[in-house]
Amino acid sequence: MSSISKPSVRHPSAQKNQIGLSKADYEGAMSTLCAGCGHDSVTAALVQAFWELDLPPHRAAKMSGIGCSSKTTAYFMKQSHGFNAVHGRMPSVTAGANAANRELTYIGISGDGDSLNIGLGQLAHAIRRNVNMLYVIENNGVYGLTKGQFSASADLGSMSRKGEVNEQTPIDPVLLALTLGATFVARSFSGDKSQLVPILKAAMTHRGFALVDVISPCVSFNDHEGSAKSYAYMRRHEVETVMTDFVPLRREIKVPETHEEMTVVRMHDGSEVRLHATAPGYNPRSRDMAYRHVQACIRKGEVATGILFIDDAGRCMHDMQRTVPTPLAHLPFEQLCPGSAALNHLMERYR
Amino acid sequence: MSGINDFAFKSATVNGTGSASANTLLMQAIFRMGIPVTGKNIFPSNIQGLPTWYEIRVSHEGFTARPPVIDLIVALNPSTYPQDIASLRPGGYLMYDSSWPLDPKLVRDDVTILGVPLGQMCREAFTRDRDRTLLRNIAYAGALAALLQIDMAVIEQMLTENYGRKKSLLEANHRAVRMGYDYARRHFDCPLPFRCEPMNETAGAVLMDGNTACALGALYAGATVGAWYPITPSTSLMDAFKEFCQEFRVDPDTKLNRYCIIQAEDELAAAGMVIGAGWMGARSFTCTSGPGISLMQEFLGYAYYAEIPGVFINVQRAGPATGLPTRTQQADLLTMAYASHGDTKHIILFPADPRECFTLTVAAFDAAERFQTPVFVASDLDIGMNDWMMPRLTWDDGYRPDRGKVLDAAALEQVKNFSRYLDADGDGVAARTLPGVSGKGAYFTRGSGHDKHGAYTEDSAAYAEVLDRIRRKLETAAHTLPKPVISRQDGADVGIVFLGSSEAPVREAVVRLREHGVRADAMRICAFPFAPEVREFLDRYKTLFVVEQNRDAQLRALLTIETGFPRDQMIPVLDFAGQPMTADELVTAMSTHLAGASA
Repeated sequence: MSSISKPSVRHPSAQKNQIGLSKADYEGAMSTLCAGCGHDSVTAALVQAFWELDLPPHRAAKMSGIGCSSKTTAYFMKQSHGFNAVHGRMPSVTAGANAANRELTYIGISGDGDSLNIGLGQLAHAIRRNVNMLYVIENNGVYGLTKGQFSASADLGSMSRKGEVNEQTPIDPVLLALTLGATFVARSFSGDKSQLVPILKAAMTHRGFALVDVISPCVSFNDHEGSAKSYAYMRRHEVETVMTDFVPLRREIKVPETHEEMTVVRMHDGSEVRLHATAPGYNPRSRDMAYRHVQACIRKGEVATGILFIDDAGRCMHDMQRTVPTPLAHLPFEQLCPGSAALNHLMERYR
Repeated sequence: MSGINDFAFKSATVNGTGSASANTLLMQAIFRMGIPVTGKNIFPSNIQGLPTWYEIRVSHEGFTARPPVIDLIVALNPSTYPQDIASLRPGGYLMYDSSWPLDPKLVRDDVTILGVPLGQMCREAFTRDRDRTLLRNIAYAGALAALLQIDMAVIEQMLTENYGRKKSLLEANHRAVRMGYDYARRHFDCPLPFRCEPMNETAGAVLMDGNTACALGALYAGATVGAWYPITPSTSLMDAFKEFCQEFRVDPDTKLNRYCIIQAEDELAAAGMVIGAGWMGARSFTCTSGPGISLMQEFLGYAYYAEIPGVFINVQRAGPATGLPTRTQQADLLTMAYASHGDTKHIILFPADPRECFTLTVAAFDAAERFQTPVFVASDLDIGMNDWMMPRLTWDDGYRPDRGKVLDAAALEQVKNFSRYLDADGDGVAARTLPGVSGKGAYFTRGSGHDKHGAYTEDSAAYAEVLDRIRRKLETAAHTLPKPVISRQDGADVGIVFLGSSEAPVREAVVRLREHGVRADAMRICAFPFAPEVREFLDRYKTLFVVEQNRDAQLRALLTIETGFPRDQMIPVLDFAGQPMTADELVTAMSTHLAGASA
């Protein structure tokens, strides 16, 4: 993954967050993606979200696989450890890292090729394990780095830049995640920062696996007429299902409740997510409703966005494993090694 | 061969009929009589219904290789009667279930046939079908106790230990074992000429399989993350680790676990989890077998290049492909040494027995962190799943894990700019930092081309510099890993090179060769990359045999590649049929060659 360093100049009057960092402190290397790439907009949203969350960069781990999307991890929070894994296998590396140190914040960035083709199995099992992480799919329906092949999320009948028509049904990551029991499922559009930032913040504070599928057009290979993942298509077909506000509890911000139907979700860190249904009667706590709604939108050629489902009572991997709160990587050796007396005693069983 | 405390017997049964407990009972009873004993389970790759055998060798000399001949067979599987009877040595004994007639065509004049109506006795003594089937095995154990003079007091004590909490089960077992014992005493001339007499050779020993010992090694080394995908013959390793963790690693106050064991969706994921946890600073490991190693290759190459520790215990089985899942081999050597694409080389440690499974698993965690790289422990099915007699394991409470060069927050304060892949000490090993400690130590772990600072590069010189340093790092490792174990005899001009579970047959073969007037030195290789002593040994001998359990002489190839020693100067002695080797076949192969060379 290529990257170019950015100058580290800070404007002295730049606004600081609660831990004294400016937004520039949440940036990373200069992007080498194509000009206008949707992924860079996602990067900007991530920077904004993490800055607003007052996240200490060195307490986060940025995980990715292979592909254009997976470069994103280099472009934000350069003071975080990053891990650019092998193609499609980021979820397992993250699960292992999380097993070793549950205290860090895990941010996985992947693409539709990485997650829905080569890595579909690992994505599915990370959902089943409910690994505590934010998992962003930058979804453009195409392989960018190898110049334009369809990915598994390419819509039926959509056309490649060379005019080839996709005849295979797509894998929808949102429907997949809902089916597999994901505890947080959202979709957004890279060009809609006002929606994406609160979704990312809510997903970050969710305890468990939070999938955020972001339609992120590829300007080089999938932004043409006939594509169902282009800017133009998204602007015509995006349907906001749930409007999201994220309210950190430590800040006294009153959010005007402009919608009658609102669900307040208290996150594990005490903050609140307020979900305003824009689809009439929509209940983001109903997995069945989420599934039906997303499918209905797909049938109409629309893309449902917002936090589509949230289950804040789900048990994450460490809950299921019943691990101690101290990170396993930090446990003192004395607590791990039973010692010579125990071994002597144990040997009696093998006589 | 074949006398007091020097014989072998074999049970031929049907998989899933409960014979394992009878065989274990017999072997353990002999062991408790102070007599060196070893058992080899030869079982099919299914759950129920196919032929299975268990060979028990009694050896006052302490030899633990497969027995050269079988003195007595307990034939309980009619479908294998012909081959079982054929495999007996002349003068041997066949014990069969005489509840049903034996085909007269199978009778051999040079074999004594002992019929015991095991089925009939159990039908009369027990009412439940399950008891009638399972206790037939305990009954044959009783008959063997009479024939081989195995101490019934020891057997009955063991039954009490095993079934003491279930009174009805205990009574039934006691009854069955007595039934077989009494029948044999009444009908046969007990004991046989070859039989047991108490010794005092097992006082400081235990019976343990290698997978259990590896699991203990991981526990004692402080491994906290285990990720795996079930595969024969490694499955019992993680099962044992879990049981030990449940016993020793649960917080007494909160009842929460100081470990995390993840059953992955496949071996690819297991390897990813090991690497993720190793990157985060936990001691992590997986256990698998050849097909799993094949799937893990991509991550092994990644971890080699990105320099991430992890322990990969490979309990080898017979390949290629699915091969023979329940048969043993040493055929993954080249795969482990150079796993993955590109220029790679991996550290491998070769335990010869369960005791070394324990010590070398601990050593593997130290090497993995010290050299920031994947480390294999190359066990095999013979070591992993068979019970071996071995000295009791001991532990030095002064041991502290070698965490290698890890810069903590205070150390990072002293560094102007942290560079991940900088060889500051000239030993090829760069310092690393752990996530979550300090922003100053943050770096990007990548499998793509990187320079010594950790930054992405496609610059030829910067890329080559890192790759070459990793080569130097492995050279450093070669000097610190366990040295080869060399046994010498005065005037030897024959050298034998081998590794792993070949130890038992080679050790015995060296003694037998000496009886034939051949003096051979032997070198057991314990680690790869090879220590300098390996090449020094090769250079000493007029005749050099390389003994290994694979078809293509992989160890010999590795020796040539890595030391430059001419391949045609090493005579391969190979056994790749899937069973542990016997000393006899080694002696025959080497003697034949030596006779041909001198003719």
